[in-house]
Amino acid sequence: MAGGRERVLRRRITSVQKTKKITRAMELIAATRVMKAQQRARASAPYSRQITQVIENLAAAGTQVDHPLLREAEKVERVGVVLITSDRGLAGPYNSSIIRAAERQVQNARAEGADYALIIIGKKGRDYFRFRNYRIDSFTEGISDNPTYEDAKAVADTVAQLFESGEIDRVELVYTEFISIGSQKVAVRRFLPLESTETMAEEGGGEAGAVASFEFEPSPEAVLEALLPRYVEARLFGALLESAASEHASRQRAMKAATDNAEDMIVKLSREMNQARQDAITTEIMEIVGGAEALGSDDDTTDTPVPVGNRN
Amino acid sequence: MTFQVELVSPEGIAYSGEAEMVIARTVGGGEIAFQPGHVPFIGVLAVWSVDVIHSDGGRDTLAVHRGFVQVAGTMVTILSDVSEAADEIDVDRARAAREVAEVALAADRDDAAAAEALARADVRLAVANAEA
Repeated sequence: MAGGRERVLRRRITSVQKTKKITRAMELIAATRVMKAQQRARASAPYSRQITQVIENLAAAGTQVDHPLLREAEKVERVGVVLITSDRGLAGPYNSSIIRAAERQVQNARAEGADYALIIIGKKGRDYFRFRNYRIDSFTEGISDNPTYEDAKAVADTVAQLFESGEIDRVELVYTEFISIGSQKVAVRRFLPLESTETMAEEGGGEAGAVASFEFEPSPEAVLEALLPRYVEARLFGALLESAASEHASRQRAMKAATDNAEDMIVKLSREMNQARQDAITTEIMEIVGGAEALGSDDDTTDTPVPVGNRN
Repeated sequence: MTFQVELVSPEGIAYSGEAEMVIARTVGGGEIAFQPGHVPFIGVLAVWSVDVIHSDGGRDTLAVHRGFVQVAGTMVTILSDVSEAADEIDVDRARAAREVAEVALAADRDDAAAAEALARADVRLAVANAEA
């Protein structure tokens, strides 16, 4: 029957409209979360800047220590990969691209003849690697959405411990760099061993901060030794914050695209539905006209046409 | 004459103000007071409080459980990932933590974590009382 198609289309439009409401809501939520995450990333900047500045000053004083976090292994036997993914999906290509980058790191390690250790943050990363039978050494969930410094510290401690005990000889940090709302980039950074203090200072954009000659207490070496673990934590915290901002930005973009697509689909389906209704009406008229004509030709002597539907 | 004091934590700038003098305690060095014009200085802070004394005689006490102090020019920067101002301290929790730590220490004299927890709880209570 002709009305059937119309009804099916109407049902689909309602369904798409409901989906659109959901994606629209998710888009708005993600938008506010991006703002918040960005703010937090900004708020954390002074701390890491200050830590880098202290390191600069230490470097200027020519401080050298033999800290386990600085240990360069002669032969890398096991590479640690720290991967930051999200717990929830619907964030466009956010997780898949970062996971691909991490898997490449694991493959590189294997190609070099080294073993790997996976330290994963976020359910999505775990699901991917577990499904493919990778060994996962450490997994943390529930922090990538809105990371706190405590969370960063816990993960950094795990990684530092693995490194200091000599179980892993190198650590790569795989996360998403937040450049702007419209642009995020997969980043793979050497996490451990730390580079020499000079390099750290240079990377920190070494401004002219290191002019004054500082007094250190208890000693420059002791300050540096106390500082290095904090530096590691602060770096991981920074990466977590950037990843969180990137996740929300990706989700916002993905949900915006979904909402736009839903709108297009509603327009297209409405046109189809209108056409189907039009077709149904036309068919009905044709049937009526056809019926009337059939009646008319039945009885040629009558001038007045028999009213439709009034046939005995 | 005053200088600027900032307590910088990873979550943001937790405290910022003008001060005439800052008193802290460094690891191995004991108490140290800074006044404007102090020689550039970087120190590792002990688990202790930091007193910020204003020019009108008022003082703010901060519990700093770990961190660094950097004095340069007219700036005193305290870097700490675990710190609280006096009014943020949960006295009941600190008391409970103190008891737990004492029990742990009684059982094992060399429990470094418990000793640290005890020191932290003591600082919290001392800072909270100083304010009260």
